[in-house]
Amino acid sequence: MGTVIYILAFALLLFGIYALVAKKNIVRIILGICILGYAVNLLLVLVGYRRDGVAPILAQGQSSVELAKQAVDPLPQAMVLTSIVIGLSTTALAVALAIRLYEKYGTFDMNDIRNLRG
Amino acid sequence: MKELVPLLVGIPLGAAFLITILAHVRGISRLTGLIATLAVAANVAVSIALWVAAYNDPGQSVSVWAGNWDGLGVPIGIEMVCDGLARLMVITINIIAFVVIIFAASYMLRFTKVWLFYSLFLLMTGALNGVVLAGDLFNMFVFIEVATIASYGLVGFGCEAEELEAAFKYLVLGTIGSCFILLGVTILYSLTGHLNMAMVASLLPKVGSQGPAVLLAAAALLGGLSLKAAMVPFHAWLPDAHPSAPAPISAMLSGVLIKACGVYCLARLMFNVFGTSGEYAMILIVLGAASMVIGVFLAVGQWDFKRLLAYHSISQMGYVVLAIGVAGEVISRAEPDQAIAALCLFGGLFHMFNHAAFKSLLFLSSGSIEQQTGTRRLKEMGGLARRMPVTSFCCRIGALSIAGVPPFNGFFSKLIIIVALVLAGHPFLAALAVLVALMTLLSFIKVQRYALEGEPVGKAVAAREAPALMGLAMLLLAVVCIVAGLAMVPLREYLFGPAGEVLLKGSGALKAKLSTGVSWQEPLMWFVGAAP
Repeated sequence: MGTVIYILAFALLLFGIYALVAKKNIVRIILGICILGYAVNLLLVLVGYRRDGVAPILAQGQSSVELAKQAVDPLPQAMVLTSIVIGLSTTALAVALAIRLYEKYGTFDMNDIRNLRG
Repeated sequence: MKELVPLLVGIPLGAAFLITILAHVRGISRLTGLIATLAVAANVAVSIALWVAAYNDPGQSVSVWAGNWDGLGVPIGIEMVCDGLARLMVITINIIAFVVIIFAASYMLRFTKVWLFYSLFLLMTGALNGVVLAGDLFNMFVFIEVATIASYGLVGFGCEAEELEAAFKYLVLGTIGSCFILLGVTILYSLTGHLNMAMVASLLPKVGSQGPAVLLAAAALLGGLSLKAAMVPFHAWLPDAHPSAPAPISAMLSGVLIKACGVYCLARLMFNVFGTSGEYAMILIVLGAASMVIGVFLAVGQWDFKRLLAYHSISQMGYVVLAIGVAGEVISRAEPDQAIAALCLFGGLFHMFNHAAFKSLLFLSSGSIEQQTGTRRLKEMGGLARRMPVTSFCCRIGALSIAGVPPFNGFFSKLIIIVALVLAGHPFLAALAVLVALMTLLSFIKVQRYALEGEPVGKAVAAREAPALMGLAMLLLAVVCIVAGLAMVPLREYLFGPAGEVLLKGSGALKAKLSTGVSWQEPLMWFVGAAP
């Protein structure tokens, strides 16, 4: 059962890539970026998960070795916070660019926004 | 000297935030450019001081721990490593940043809200220093992200239709790259329970360096970082993004960002974290050779000066990755020849430094020409050699360097790479490198012919010499191009040699502070492929 959730995280990753590759609407592309980010964040949290784990807070009189045996890993949680903030700023910038692009081109369709060719 | 290392990241980041505040204070808001220049100048001083301090022992590695709490026998904290490779990168980044910011003082006057430019520029410079100094994987990722998000903003700085489109394209592809880098870092963490590069390197053999999970992590990191380095076939964003940015930023992106965020990280991870192996080296060779050849063929047909330069960036970075890959291949042979591998690495790293100098120089001169003639199309220029003598002189030095004409720096680094390829037993790749060098020469003869010689067309008739600060910045880089070629031997001993040695040592180069101890994270059995 444990592996199913990893497969789901991986499926989410593929959905994100699909949206980025196949969709031509800027808003959908931005949603694809978000989904891709969520997939990696989900995997990151799962890495620190432990079944029946307790919150990683050191109780009085408890040794750190004891806590490490029971608690979930706190480091991925700290990492995922950083990653979410990075995702937020990327999304905000992408939306801002989308608004400016709409002002210039009058459309969200990438097929019509084609002044540059790779 | 140890205390100086965090300053390289701290000064630009601090100055970036200071500028956003001071820009709103009446009376001081005009000084933002000066503050930014001083911050970058301080960084140049610090990076050279770090290099000089390592004069007696060029191979020394300085590491600084922030935090350094005791976590069940293993230190918890953020490590910054300043070894030979990091010193080389830091010097490259800061010298180019300094020249670019001098150029920008005059060039950016045409834009409004220049303080935003300075703030983003410093954010990018500080983060790039962070990337090369980071001693753990997650911080490397975070600094890559800070640098690239700042660069998305800078690419779209002009807010014209094409610039916005290029910025959006760059953002989408850059984000895919970042997600894959984070995926790779996550898998490595789940396998080893550590993020510190040295710890990961020492623990990876225990979980099986060739296991499927390690290969998945390596693939994710290789893909993500190749996207950042714009290796063919991940290059589609570069020819749009780099020319659309303002000229100083093009110089910074092509000159430094794709090296620090892409090639440096690739080399560091493939050699020092995963440990040198034939398979990874072969991937780097293929990526490098493909970028080298395809990049130059795409460049020859371009008539837009800045797009032409951008395609040459792909091609020239191909040389670097190819040389580094061949070095890895030589080391991982059954009977490794350290001398040839060292020669390959010297060629690759020397070319990386040289490319930073001459490509920035060419982008700056393209900016200067664009400002005077109002066009980037080569066919609409002409006769600029007489009207803009300083710009033309610098542009010629840059073109001769990139085309590999002696005695400029590009000639020596290409020669070393080609000789090293022959010695390593790859005559075909060496022939390919010679062919690409000839094609590069050809396309820069075209630039000389259409932009600098001939009769002026259109606005080029009224072109005048660029302002003094822009001329000064270009002359500084021209001097770097000449000096780096002539001072190759001492530079090899004190700068490039130690940097190459770090990569030569493979996974043992980064010293783990404590390689034993209880790990919080048990390796995920499902990933390792030994599920009970």
